[in-house]
Amino acid sequence: MNDMTPTREQREAALEGMGCKRKRVEDIRFTQGKGNYVDDVKLPGMLHGDFVRSPHAHARVKAIHTEEALKVPGVLAVITAETLKTVNLAWMPTLAGDVQMVLADGKVLFQNQEVAFVVATDRYAADDGVAKVVVEYEALPVLVDPFKAMDADAPVLREDLAGKTSGAHGPRKHHNHVFEWAIGDKDLTDAAFAKADVTIKEMISYHRTHPSPLETCQCVCSFDKIKGELTIWGTFQAPHVIRTVVALIAKIPEHKIHVIAPDIGGGFGNKVGAYPGYICAAVASIVTGKPVKWVEDRIENLTATSFARDYHMTTELAATKEGKVTGLRVHVLADHGAFDACADPSKWPAGFFNIVTGSYDFPVAHCVVDGIYTNKAPGGVAYRCSFRVTEAAYCIERAMDILAQKLGMDPADLRLKNFVKTEQFPYHSALGWEYDSGDYHTAMRKMMEAVDYAGLRKEQAEKRAAFKRGETRDIMGIGVSFFTEIVGAGPSKNCDILGIAMFDSCEIRLHPTGAGIARVGSKSQGQGHETTWAQIIATEIGIPADNIMVEEGNTDTAPYGLGTYGSRSTPVAGAAIAMAARKIKAKAQMIAAYKLEVHEDDLEWDIDGFRVKGLPEKVMSMKDICWAAYNSVPPGMEPGLEAVSYYDPPNMTYPFGAYLCVMDIDVDTGVYKVRRFYALDDCGTRINPMIIEGQIHGGLTEAFAIAMGQEIRYDAEGNVVTGSFMDFFMPTAVETPHWETDFTVTPSPHHPIGAKGVGESPNVGGVPAFSNAVNDAFAFLGSTHIQMPHDFWRNWQAAKSLGVLA
Amino acid sequence: MIPGPFDYHRPASVSDAIKLLADLGDEARPLAGGHSLLPMMKLRLATPAHLVDLHGIAGLKGICRDGDRIVIGAMTTQAELLASAEIGTSLPILHETALLIADPQVRYRGTLGGNVANGDPGNDMPALMLALDAAYRLEGPNGVREVAAREFYQGAYFTALEPGEILTGISIAVPPAGHGYAYEKLKRKVGDYATAAAAVVLTMAGGKVASCTIALTNLHETPLLATDAANAVIGTTLDDAALKAAATAARAIMQPASDARGPAEYRTHVGGIMVMRALQRAASRAS
Ligand SMILES: Cc1cc2nc3c(=O)[nH]c(=O)nc-3n(C[C@H](O)[C@H](O)[C@H](O)COP(=O)(O)OP(=O)(O)OC[C@H]3O[C@@H](n4cnc5c(N)ncnc54)[C@H](O)[C@@H]3O)c2cc1C
Repeated sequence: MNDMTPTREQREAALEGMGCKRKRVEDIRFTQGKGNYVDDVKLPGMLHGDFVRSPHAHARVKAIHTEEALKVPGVLAVITAETLKTVNLAWMPTLAGDVQMVLADGKVLFQNQEVAFVVATDRYAADDGVAKVVVEYEALPVLVDPFKAMDADAPVLREDLAGKTSGAHGPRKHHNHVFEWAIGDKDLTDAAFAKADVTIKEMISYHRTHPSPLETCQCVCSFDKIKGELTIWGTFQAPHVIRTVVALIAKIPEHKIHVIAPDIGGGFGNKVGAYPGYICAAVASIVTGKPVKWVEDRIENLTATSFARDYHMTTELAATKEGKVTGLRVHVLADHGAFDACADPSKWPAGFFNIVTGSYDFPVAHCVVDGIYTNKAPGGVAYRCSFRVTEAAYCIERAMDILAQKLGMDPADLRLKNFVKTEQFPYHSALGWEYDSGDYHTAMRKMMEAVDYAGLRKEQAEKRAAFKRGETRDIMGIGVSFFTEIVGAGPSKNCDILGIAMFDSCEIRLHPTGAGIARVGSKSQGQGHETTWAQIIATEIGIPADNIMVEEGNTDTAPYGLGTYGSRSTPVAGAAIAMAARKIKAKAQMIAAYKLEVHEDDLEWDIDGFRVKGLPEKVMSMKDICWAAYNSVPPGMEPGLEAVSYYDPPNMTYPFGAYLCVMDIDVDTGVYKVRRFYALDDCGTRINPMIIEGQIHGGLTEAFAIAMGQEIRYDAEGNVVTGSFMDFFMPTAVETPHWETDFTVTPSPHHPIGAKGVGESPNVGGVPAFSNAVNDAFAFLGSTHIQMPHDFWRNWQAAKSLGVLA
Repeated sequence: MIPGPFDYHRPASVSDAIKLLADLGDEARPLAGGHSLLPMMKLRLATPAHLVDLHGIAGLKGICRDGDRIVIGAMTTQAELLASAEIGTSLPILHETALLIADPQVRYRGTLGGNVANGDPGNDMPALMLALDAAYRLEGPNGVREVAAREFYQGAYFTALEPGEILTGISIAVPPAGHGYAYEKLKRKVGDYATAAAAVVLTMAGGKVASCTIALTNLHETPLLATDAANAVIGTTLDDAALKAAATAARAIMQPASDARGPAEYRTHVGGIMVMRALQRAASRAS
């Protein structure tokens, strides 16, 4: 060895593999304004489309007059439901097994519903055309309150479903009923409640909110009449699914559809489904023979494309007087809006809400979800969470606090007492999941130590006494949240979308000089896949991450994948990447054995190549193996070095974490201050700690927004009152608290690299931490549960109703 | 979010601007920083056929001292106010308030003239103008006139501006040295209009309030001068009872709308709290 020979540490570091805080390679272009987004796509002769939208939440459409609009210079066409009917596209299927109007067909069912699509030579002309379309409406009674949806005299919303007593998910019991989904053992649960020492019951609402990515939904559709091919550039979290949906509904052969998702400015679930804009732009392109662009504005995004949550969860817990939980019962009223456009795996109309037993060892549980229609925008997407997991986490974490209060126990102690124990994993939950791994007690204790939990409670007791003495108008809340997520959908045995199993895929090709390209079925929207995917490959096959280009989003080149949402990319695509890399490594080993003239079994892996066991200087680097793969492979072996893997996960993964929020609230104004927020996450193996931290920061900021004010609110007439960033709470850096992050590592036993997924944990675990802090602050004044969002005026209202305002 | 069609004009003098506005009539609107007008146009809530941009007119910008008064050109931006040492010394409440308006981007474009001429009850500067008893210089087809800010606001988006008139300058008497001031604004986030806000300018003598004006933002369809509230504290040491009396008197004239910032009851309640806090902070600054 001479001085020039790199040490093992240097060789390891040169790879920038797993565990490295590698800088995000995509940021080079993003920070220089060189990203390429859908709105950057400009094609010769491209037209622009824009919608006429309904001002009414529920009305009959008597007539649509387009004559004046067609006179506007530049306006070429106005598409209505009548136009779409000629190509059988007035309605489209939703991912949830319902159908949805593309354009108003006879009536409108929510404010800002798409009524007509104006196509023009530029965006200004399109909007001028929109202003000239005259629609005659006859207002109908509006249904806003989900609790009134199934009243006998509730207005009939979905006339198209008249007489249909069953839907995609079984029987319907009312004209505004979508489905009932029940799980668990009702009798055993009822029995547990009958003999419980202590029970609690509370209606816990998780209000309607919206993923609101920075870049709104948009597409460019270009139909080539000569070739009969349709190319769609779009903000798609799942490009292959979009291609299949288009093939099925537009009857274009799937190989003639090219879906390209370029850079995406955030998705958070908003960009999973298919929207009327996509269909209208495609039809407009087919009709005009020109490319057509459709770009949503902020108000359209907030009011018409998919919302999230709107779950109203009547929650009951049963426990012994010592604080051991013995049963859980939940009934959910799920407001789906006008059409069931949830983006859940097909067999899961309420997503994975049955993770609602959380981190606790419930012997029995029973859960029923009733989906209902109202005059609100359709959706129900997983806003930075696996399907309905954040609703479930909020439900159980709030309920545990309420139980602690009733028992007079500390909420942290109650959790410690009821956690699933490390030795119980793999753990079978009462509602049917097999938790793969966990170490809850360690995580919880680490959190409590880090924040000096006992000290905080002591300070709070002093503050409360001072408040009662009239010395301060601030109340202090400590919010504990311990969440268990279920992510990585999912095993083909129970997860599919439109019948396609929820695998994911990777194709790796290594080039002769020791570099390569990896194409993956996932689609980054900011998560940093180009960085982390290369790191997995670097560690697996010893090629520096910098030498691996990662490509996603083009359905012509990427292997079929189900896309990125529900924290599924690392658990599923990440596994496919590791498996494809391992196939390459196996072939590389054969090549190395041949070149080193030893038996394969005499080789061992050493960071970036193979060496002969016992002869450490006899080595062949992966770089050299790449070269050899293209000129001197063993006899009978095909040249080249590439592999494809389609990974069907054996189980979901179950990330978890312990969060704590300390908040002070001024009762006179309701103004809160988040004093401290600590987040411990266990996402198993950590691929890039810096990216993990970034994901946690972003997700916590969203959780903060949601819990403290972010809401899609309707008035009694069904008008959206929070339809822009003036009123829809989007915190800036000024409002955003400081985040402290921490971790433990409990690798997933079934995942090839032990990783579990992390992008959504902070949203899932953060919301209950904030809400519990607010509720904890008010608890000593006699309050049990205050609904979210906890914006200033609602905090003030809580203070007022508790009688503490002078 | 796409405005309707309009023509753009850029006159080089006040008289050209007035003539254009007179010729074009109702369909024309002056354009200052555009940060209230353009959002309205993008929503097509305003659809002027002509915009008369005031940026080409030299002399509409600037801050100067004229005896015991400060005169500020209508086209002076919030950022320029903030950069002015003269304002910092003579009218520090303008600095405090400008920093609570929107964000730096908006403040680089938005003008004081636009802010006070707009007539939106959410604008913060009008309340200051009431508290400081500012005078507005209006120029129009019939010449020049001065209107007191206290006479200017008639309803939401209704002001004393006559058709064809533009606001060219704002003149404010410099408050006495050692005066106390405060602008207390409750908002949900950076970039938000006030849920409730109160401006206080006062002087203290012998531990007692010698003079005081109070004005309120976004608690009625116009900014409000809270005279009774101010009278309730003059002559007092700003003890608890005086503060409460001021809050009660101020609340009596508030009539905020219920909106996403909260129901009217809440906004009225916190409006009173803003008054109390502004009084206390102003007094603590007075010498
Ligand atoms: C995100 C955001 C947040 C904001 N938050 C706040 C806030 O918290 N507080 C606040 O006070 N403001 C706020 N604003 C508004 C901002 O301060 C505007 O700049 C201001 O209200 C208008 O000033 P302007 O120069 O932009 O006027 P413009 O928008 O150009 O004009 C406003 C109106 O006044 C008329 N006008 C303008 N100048 C004259 C003149 N010299 N003579 C006669 N008429 C005239 C115009 O015709 C128009 O009707 C916010 C704006 C934005 C975009």
